[in-house]
Amino acid sequence: MVSKPHGGRLIIRIASENRRSAVLGAADEYPVISIGLREAYDVENIGYGVYSPLDGFMVYEDLENVLMNMRLSNDLPWTMPIVVSVDEDSMDFGVGDEVLLSYMDRPLAVMQVEDIYRLDRRLYAERVFGTTDPSHPGVYNVFREMGEYLVGGRIELLDTVDNPYARFYLRPMETRVLFRERGWKTIVGFQTRNAPHLGHEYVQKTALSFVDGIFINPVVGRKKRGDFKDEVILEAYSELVKHYYPKDSAVLSIVRYEMRYAGPREAIHHAIMRKNFGCTHFIVGRDHAGVGDFYGPYDAQEIFREFPDLGVTPVFFKEFFYCRRCGGIVHERICPHDESNRVRFSGTYVREAILEGRDIPDYIVRPEVARVLMSHPDPFVS
Amino acid sequence: MGQGKYTTVSIPKSLYNRIKKLVEETGFKSVSDYVTYVLREVVAMHESERYEEPFTEKDLEEIKKRLKALGYI
Repeated sequence: MVSKPHGGRLIIRIASENRRSAVLGAADEYPVISIGLREAYDVENIGYGVYSPLDGFMVYEDLENVLMNMRLSNDLPWTMPIVVSVDEDSMDFGVGDEVLLSYMDRPLAVMQVEDIYRLDRRLYAERVFGTTDPSHPGVYNVFREMGEYLVGGRIELLDTVDNPYARFYLRPMETRVLFRERGWKTIVGFQTRNAPHLGHEYVQKTALSFVDGIFINPVVGRKKRGDFKDEVILEAYSELVKHYYPKDSAVLSIVRYEMRYAGPREAIHHAIMRKNFGCTHFIVGRDHAGVGDFYGPYDAQEIFREFPDLGVTPVFFKEFFYCRRCGGIVHERICPHDESNRVRFSGTYVREAILEGRDIPDYIVRPEVARVLMSHPDPFVS
Repeated sequence: MGQGKYTTVSIPKSLYNRIKKLVEETGFKSVSDYVTYVLREVVAMHESERYEEPFTEKDLEEIKKRLKALGYI
């Protein structure tokens, strides 16, 4: 049995065709909130149930509970604020109105405004990111990019941002059917935003040894300079799954989402999203959703202890590495040899090798994957 | 913003004392913390027993068609 959606019900907030035509036909009459790509993806994730049980952007009571208790006002575990902000001077609507949420002048959703409240930037940053240091990208966003007011209310999805990777895009309704069709009862979710090296593969396969299938779910969204481009990650993973996974043991599908880099809190959020896709388990590795040295390497694993009612089982891993003495990929608990024998997997190493045109050893990256990375004319985000 | 809203429930004094003793040997800060933790686990288990997928037979056929077209099944 695939996992039940978070809160017990898969939320679908897609406007009917009639409703959509009516709203878009009268679009000029609605007040508009201009949203960025982050909120555009949030709209889509609410509409398709990736964020179940959320059916809209958070009202004050929910945000307060999320910040202070890491739970929604109905006590369900929820760690990340899902909010939309506005500046006072662009607020030409009130509670009870319907507004359009538009991304680059394209209406993506209609929202029934239920609450308008002031953003406490300091509290938000301290509680979500554990810091108010502006060098943290999430904190920077809170202090420099978010408006002064938050607007909460239910949404209905009208449209989505163009998706160049539609071939790899499945909604929770679809993954839940797919898992059932494959006869999977236990599914482990793997979140990634990187091209795969053997360390990733061994984590995935170790977890796969104990479940029916793995759901490899790369995050597609705005990335940092120097990260692999989304198309490179997808092509690399396609090759890996094709050549190194048993038939029908893995599903590769993207989620459109913008990372917040909130470390432990975001790890819980990632687990909830995968639960809604139908996963029963979720892999949490080293420094999950972290950035710089803002979080301890295993903080994102520790936080799961606080949620006995999460409804998805975390699977914790330490770091895998190649050991010359063992002659294979191992980890701390099964390798007795010292550091001089160990080759650590490093994204930086792979990046430098590609930029310098050096061969990548096959105990670091599979040759088929390396070919994808090396043959791409411009594999990195600039 | 407050630290959360609380209410009081009654449990037998003898049970309270058992939990208090147990809590001293664990990472829980108080009997209330322990009881909250255990209840959340139990409540979630019962809640998860009630669920039906939200799609109709027609939805199901359409989803399967798309999954086939994409090569997933």
